[in-house]
Amino acid sequence: MVTLKLLVSVSRKQGKYPIIAQVVKETGVLVNVERAMIDSHEGELLIDVPDDSCELVRQKIAGLGASVRILDRGIRIDTRECVDCGACISICPQEVFSFGDDWGILVEEEKCVICGKCVIACPHSALFLSGEIPERPF
Amino acid sequence: MKKSIDLINERIRDGNAHVVTAEEMPLIVTELGEEEALKEVDVVTTGTFGAMCSSGAFLNFGHAEPPIRMERVWLNDVEVFAGLAAVDAYVGATQQSTTQQSVYGGAHILEDLIGGKSIELRAISHGTDCYPRRTITTQLVLDDMNQAIMVNPRNAYQRYNAATNTTDRTLHTYMGMLLPHGGNIAYSGSGVLNPISNDPKFRLIGSGVPIFLGGAIGTVVGEGTQHSPAGAFGTLMTCGDMKQMSNTFVRAATMHGYGVTLYLGVGVPLPIIDIESVRSTAVTDRDISVDILDYGVPSSNRPSIRKVTYEELKSGMITINGEDVRTSPLSSLKRARIVADTLKDWVKAGKMQLTLPAVRINPDKAGKPMRETAHVPRVIDIMDRRFIPIDEESPIKVAAETLLKDETNHLPVVNKKGQLVGIVTTYDVSKAVARPGNKTCVRDIMTKKVITTNPDEAVDVAIQKLERHNISALAVVDRENKVVAMLTAIALGKLFEQRWSR
Repeated sequence: MVTLKLLVSVSRKQGKYPIIAQVVKETGVLVNVERAMIDSHEGELLIDVPDDSCELVRQKIAGLGASVRILDRGIRIDTRECVDCGACISICPQEVFSFGDDWGILVEEEKCVICGKCVIACPHSALFLSGEIPERPF
Repeated sequence: MKKSIDLINERIRDGNAHVVTAEEMPLIVTELGEEEALKEVDVVTTGTFGAMCSSGAFLNFGHAEPPIRMERVWLNDVEVFAGLAAVDAYVGATQQSTTQQSVYGGAHILEDLIGGKSIELRAISHGTDCYPRRTITTQLVLDDMNQAIMVNPRNAYQRYNAATNTTDRTLHTYMGMLLPHGGNIAYSGSGVLNPISNDPKFRLIGSGVPIFLGGAIGTVVGEGTQHSPAGAFGTLMTCGDMKQMSNTFVRAATMHGYGVTLYLGVGVPLPIIDIESVRSTAVTDRDISVDILDYGVPSSNRPSIRKVTYEELKSGMITINGEDVRTSPLSSLKRARIVADTLKDWVKAGKMQLTLPAVRINPDKAGKPMRETAHVPRVIDIMDRRFIPIDEESPIKVAAETLLKDETNHLPVVNKKGQLVGIVTTYDVSKAVARPGNKTCVRDIMTKKVITTNPDEAVDVAIQKLERHNISALAVVDRENKVVAMLTAIALGKLFEQRWSR
């Protein structure tokens, strides 16, 4: 099944309201919460929804007052900096990274839940969560 | 049968040498047998590409006009060692920038110079009759320097222990990120391709032997620092001309929470001169084992969880206590292969001639820990034995009275057996008075998850616990979890007063 990832941002006020439960109840779409970070000020949830009901879910969440964005990109790799060491492999909870036959790093971007662990773990600062790969100082 | 080094070099010159990598050698020996492999193979190339913190380079900047005897030198804000006459300096790979800390360091200087980038030099001096100048600031590229010679005190570890972490928090170490509860295993080194693993008796690798270093032809200086071949942890001191090196094989890195390090490619071509060199280069990943150490123990004597071979480590998954745990390397096996393949091409093309060691490296040496002459402060030295434990069933009022009488902020809470079950602070008591609810006894208001130490623990380790949990006291417990003392931030303050006044 093809799925899409949605990044849902809620303010503190909305955090008290069961948005995801409401969406599931009203749409009947089984939403998979892959990551959630909710504190006293705001919350951010990464949810996985079937491709064909993505728009329905997106509209429903937006209608409940949360901002929602379709994430079409996961982790990015800067191949100029990557040396294929593999430090990212065993620390990734989603098994996004693996070795190919020649010990080169393979990336299965669609598995990524954008947790950011690998960004910190990469000794060569070769991994990025979003946006363009930056030019380096010096 | 033996084969002379002269014969091997003659074949290299003629372009007839049979060169294979250390990954290809085991199969050749299995298929042909040792005698035939000796006749057939002339050179086995090795290679590794990974973090080699103990690396650096001597730079000679040339003399300025008027001249300066540089006493302190910074390159892109990274201080380098300048206690080497007037215009020489040693850049250490792990030295960090004064302004950027772990984002930029000595390793980045090396990478940037090799990459053709310009570096800012700043130096100061007190001025002498022969060297009157006191300050200098200038931009330099690698070609501006008379010499840029990489001299690495400790490279190419024979093998390296793997790492895991059994604590309940993520650790950031020089072995990379280690997940809690033994969630992953990190390893280093290239196993079968490791130079010293293919010559553990140091019969072929020694002073003066030509090597691949960072993309250039370098040489082995001799044994590396911490060389400990008795435990199969031999190391090499290496050197090579930075002007011949390439960024493919010299890369700066930052281990989060640890700091700057250098990723470096090193390889040694091994001449196959006798049966013993055939045997030693027939080594496989299955033959090379290391311990998996628990980096959750903050000591240089970390306990081993189990032994593991490079074959198992490279498989990506191993079993510990019946559970599958993923493994991943910090060294690049892909680039280690490129090092070994490049060396193979160089030897085949006659680009380098081989030699046997001019001076042999001691193959039996054992490293030893530091001799410490000053007493390392332990918790027992500064803990406060005059504490009053409170029973978990005591009324809150009793806790308040005890805190007042004792002029303390922390009371360890114990059960009938005297074992630690919680801790109560003045804050807990104040909160209970302000918002009573239905709380009556100490058990209702105590913190149940108490951070503890023990009398033998080093004070520095106890301090880390206070900082990490943002608390001001630790309960000191014995093996039976009975409270024997309290360790407070106040006692630590007294200790530091003594340290500085000495």
